[in-house]
Amino acid sequence: MKYNKGAILRSIEQPYLRGDIPEFDSGDTVRVDYKVVEGNRTRIQAFEGVVIARKNGKGARSTVTVRKVSFGEGVERVFPLHSPLIEKIEVVRRGRTRRAKLYYLRELRGKASRLKTDVARQEQDRAAARAAKGDKE
Amino acid sequence: MKGILGTKVGMTQVWQGDRLVPVTVVLAGPCPVVQRKTPATDGYAAVQLGWDELPGKAVNKPRAGHFKRAGVAATRHLVEFRDYAPEASEVKADVFAAGETVDVTGTSKGRGTAGVMKRWNFSGLPATHGVKKKHRSPGSIGQRKWPGRVYKGKRMAGVYGHETVTIVGLEVVEVRLEDNLILIRGALPGPNGGLVQVRQSKRKVG
Repeated sequence: MKYNKGAILRSIEQPYLRGDIPEFDSGDTVRVDYKVVEGNRTRIQAFEGVVIARKNGKGARSTVTVRKVSFGEGVERVFPLHSPLIEKIEVVRRGRTRRAKLYYLRELRGKASRLKTDVARQEQDRAAARAAKGDKE
Repeated sequence: MKGILGTKVGMTQVWQGDRLVPVTVVLAGPCPVVQRKTPATDGYAAVQLGWDELPGKAVNKPRAGHFKRAGVAATRHLVEFRDYAPEASEVKADVFAAGETVDVTGTSKGRGTAGVMKRWNFSGLPATHGVKKKHRSPGSIGQRKWPGRVYKGKRMAGVYGHETVTIVGLEVVEVRLEDNLILIRGALPGPNGGLVQVRQSKRKVG
């Protein structure tokens, strides 16, 4: 039986892909606005932290692990990147890293767990934002 | 019982509203009807479906004759479905619709000669406390002078996998007739690319 497994699986995942996910990588600080259903009403909960891992490729199954320190306790959440429950993802800050997976941050506390800002990429973001704003006017 | 033959393509996930559902994609049909069996001629009612078309040179003469009689192209697999008489001359993926419950039969992945830990989920022996070279062994397999033998059916190491497995009560999540695809919730037996038989479920899931 001849068939293209990748093409078939992609065609199934395709409708679930979201086009509105910004480009970001591990080390970046992001803010995820996540819909929380409470009984019969939904509200939006923001989770802001450092991306410590992106997993499962670029398809509809890809996930992102976001870590933050909340009241001195490390909290990590794994979001399915293409989840309809994600209202919005916003890049807050670009971090410079030399690894794809930043699990070592779990061992670090306070000052040691800071990442350097990737100034070049952050400037690119600013320029892009300015350009987008200029287009609108 | 209606049914169809297909090839297991692989697994992925789809969203049903806010829920992420794991699905196995089956490339199913169209399967030509090769033979119809009736109680009058064969003693029971069934339909024989083919799947996976073969090039002519791969078919021996007795088989070629069988397909010629039905007037269909030769296929690699032939499977009977009891008490099923499709009206059309071929069965397509739309025999099933989303929400239906199905049983799926396939051949599980062969694991060769496997020890008792893999094959029967035994615990093995401790890693330390003086255990030597026996960490994955079953331990004792019986009693003493009575009964003086090992009971029949004692679970031991041996060939594991590559057997016919049926998973009962799976849900059809989606059917894409134009691509001949059926999406079934959960895992199916066998490797990707393996033959699977999808049947209407014998179990009523309410």
